[in-house]
Amino acid sequence: MQLLYLLIEIIVKCVVVFAGLMIVVAYLTWLERKVLGHIQIRYGPNRCGPFGLLQPFSDAVKAFFKEDLVPGRSDKVVFVMAPMISIIAAISIFAVIPFGNQFTLPGTNWVVKLRLADVDIGLLYIFGVASLGEFGIILGGWSSGNKYGLTGSLRAAAQMISYEVALGIAIVGVLILSESLRLTEIVRLQGGGFWNWNIWYQPVAFVLYLICGLAEINRTPFDMPEAEAELACGFNIEYSSMKFALFFMAEYAHMVTMGAVAVTLFMGGWQPIIPQLSFIPGIVWFCAKLFIFLFFFIWQRGTFPRLRYDQIMKFGWKILIPLALINLLVTGLIVSLKG
Amino acid sequence: MAETRLMTINMGPQHPATHGVLRLVLELDGEVIVKTTPHIGYLHRGVEKLAESKTYHQVIPLTDRLDYTNAMGNNLGYVLAVEKLLGIGVPKRAQYLRVLMAELQRIAAHLIWLGTHALDIGAMTLLFYNFREREEILKIFEEVSGGRLTPTYMRIGGVSKDLPDGITDKIKDFVRAFPDHIKEYETLLTKNVIWLKRTKGVGIISKEDAINWGMTGPSLRGSGVKYDVRKAFPYSSYEEFDFEIPIGSVGDVYDRYIVRLREMEWSNAIVEQALERLPKGPVIANDPRITLPPKDDVTKDIAALIRQFKIASEGFQPPKGEVYVGVEASKGELGYYLVSDGSNKPLRMRIRPPSFLNLSALPKMIEGSLIADVISAIGSIDIVLGEIDR
Repeated sequence: MQLLYLLIEIIVKCVVVFAGLMIVVAYLTWLERKVLGHIQIRYGPNRCGPFGLLQPFSDAVKAFFKEDLVPGRSDKVVFVMAPMISIIAAISIFAVIPFGNQFTLPGTNWVVKLRLADVDIGLLYIFGVASLGEFGIILGGWSSGNKYGLTGSLRAAAQMISYEVALGIAIVGVLILSESLRLTEIVRLQGGGFWNWNIWYQPVAFVLYLICGLAEINRTPFDMPEAEAELACGFNIEYSSMKFALFFMAEYAHMVTMGAVAVTLFMGGWQPIIPQLSFIPGIVWFCAKLFIFLFFFIWQRGTFPRLRYDQIMKFGWKILIPLALINLLVTGLIVSLKG
Repeated sequence: MAETRLMTINMGPQHPATHGVLRLVLELDGEVIVKTTPHIGYLHRGVEKLAESKTYHQVIPLTDRLDYTNAMGNNLGYVLAVEKLLGIGVPKRAQYLRVLMAELQRIAAHLIWLGTHALDIGAMTLLFYNFREREEILKIFEEVSGGRLTPTYMRIGGVSKDLPDGITDKIKDFVRAFPDHIKEYETLLTKNVIWLKRTKGVGIISKEDAINWGMTGPSLRGSGVKYDVRKAFPYSSYEEFDFEIPIGSVGDVYDRYIVRLREMEWSNAIVEQALERLPKGPVIANDPRITLPPKDDVTKDIAALIRQFKIASEGFQPPKGEVYVGVEASKGELGYYLVSDGSNKPLRMRIRPPSFLNLSALPKMIEGSLIADVISAIGSIDIVLGEIDR
C-alpha cells in the first residue's frame, strides 16, 4: 500500500512539475516580450486576451499549424532528434531542483517533499544533463546542411564547452563551503536569514555563474550560435514549425533552470529572507527569487550589444577561467586555514 | 592530408543585416574572410532612364526614391542642378528653408543609420529610441510638405510652400530636446565596453585608401579627411551658417560612428540657426517661364491660368548644355550630372550616388576580419541600396 501511495505521489509530482515548468516557459516568452517592449517604448503583446496573456497559446497553435519542413540535404534522423535532445535535457534538470521544503497532506500523515528526486550528486547531475542539451544545438546546426547553421553550431560547440569549464570551476567554491553535491543540503546550510546565503560568501563565483550562465543559455551578449544579424539565426535557420518551437522552449526552459540553480546555490533556495517570514510557503520564496533572475536575463538583453566570437573565447579563457581558479584557490585556502 | 577548401557563403540578398538587398559572396577560411565580392542591382528601377522621359519638374519625385532615408537632400541636389542649368536665382527664404529641411532630413537619416547599425551589432533597444525621434521629424515634414518618407518639397526655383503656422514651435521643441537624446544614445553605446570592443579597430580604412576609393561623407571623414561639400563648395547659403566638420582619426567603425553622432549635433545647430535667421519673403522665384504662378491667381487671372497650364503640361526648355552639382547628402557627396539638348526633358541624367562608391571600399575594409566585422563594417558605411542600384 505504502509503495502504491509513493508511486502515485511521484507521478503526481512529475505531472505537476512538468506542467508548471511548461506554463512558466510559456509565460516567460510573454514576459520577455512585455518587458522588452516596455524597455523599448512599445507595448509588447496586448491583443490576445487581457494584457496579451493568451499570446503563448496563440503562438503554440500557430507553431503547430506551420508547415514542418525538413531540408533535402539534411541528415534527417539527426535533424529530427536535435530539438528533442535540447528540450529533454532542459526539462530533466528540473528533476533535482528543490522548490520547497515539505508539507504534510491535510488529513493524513503523508509527508510530501517538494522535489522530484533528492540525489546525492544533484549538482553533478545538473551539469551533466545541461551539457547534453548542447548536443541538440550542435547537432541541429550541423545536420541541417546549411552553412549558416554549420557556423552557428561550430560557434556553439566552442563557446559552450569553454564557458562550461569556467562555470564548473566557479561552482566548486560553493561545493567547498557546503561540502555536499546534494542540493537540499546546500539549501539547508543557507537557512536562517539572507546573511547566510552563499552569495555573500562566494560573490565572485556568483558573478562568474551569471556570466557563464548567460553564455550557456545563449542570451545576448553571448548569443553567438544564433547571432541573427550575422548568421541569420544560426543553428536553427532551417527549423520550422514545432521543431523550431521546441528549440525555443528548450532555450527558455534552460533559462528557468539556470535561474533555479542560481537560486538554489547562491540565494538560499526556498528559505525566506529572514526567519520571521517563514510563514510564507517556501515555494513562494523560490518563485520570487527565480523571478529576479529571469528579469535580469531579459533586462540585459535589452541593454547589451553582442560580443564578437573571438572576443567571447578570449574573455572565457583569459579572464573567466583564471578568475574562477583564483576564487577556488582563495576559498580553499580560507576553508583549510579555518580548519 | 585532406585538401582544405575555402567555404563560400552567400550573404544576402535576403539577410537581416545587409541593409536591403545587398548580396555579398564571402569566401571564408573558418570565420576569417579571405575575399568579398559585393553584388548589386537587386533594387534597380532605372531612375536615370526614367528621368529622360519626364519633364524637369516631374523628375523631382523620382529623386525622393534614390536614398529613401534622405529624400529632402536628394531633392535639393536635383533642383540645384536644374537651377544651375537655367541660371536662375532662388529667394533667400527658400534657400534657408531648404537648408532647414535638408538638415532635419540628415538627422533623420543618421537616426535610421544609428538604429540599424546598433541592431546589427546586437543592441536592439536603441532602434526604437531613434525611431521615436525620427517620428518627430517626419511629423514636421508631413505638416510642411504633406509627405513623410517622400516629401518632394523642393521645387525648381524654391520650395513648394511656406512653413505652416505653428510649425516653428514644433521644430524648436525638437531642436531643444534633441541634444539630450544624443546623450541617451551615448549612454547606451559610447559608454558600453562591448560596443567599443565591437567597433574600435574594426573595418579600418586609411586616409589614402578612402580617397582612392572615392569615398565621401561621414565614411570619408571618419578616416580623417576634412571634406564636406557644404564647406568646400557651399550651396544654398551654407556659407552663412556656423558649423564644424567632425573628423575621425583611425578610420575604423568607431570613428565613423562618432563622426555621425557629432554631425547630428551640428545639423541640429544648423536647424536652430536657420530658424533664428529665417528671412522674410517669397519661397519660390517668380519666373514666368519656370515656376508656377501663385495658386490664388490661377482661378482669377487668365494669364496665370495659361502659365500654370503650360508649365504643368510641357514644362520648360532650358538652354543646351551640361551641368554637375554635388551636394552633401547624409551618405556623402550626391552628384547630379544633367545634359540638356534644349528640349523640355533631360537628355541624360547621371546620378553619383555616395553609397555606391562607399560600398566599393567594403571588400578592402573587411579583408582578413571575421563575419561579425562584416556586419559592423556594412553598418558603418551606411549604404542604402535604393541609391546604389537607382
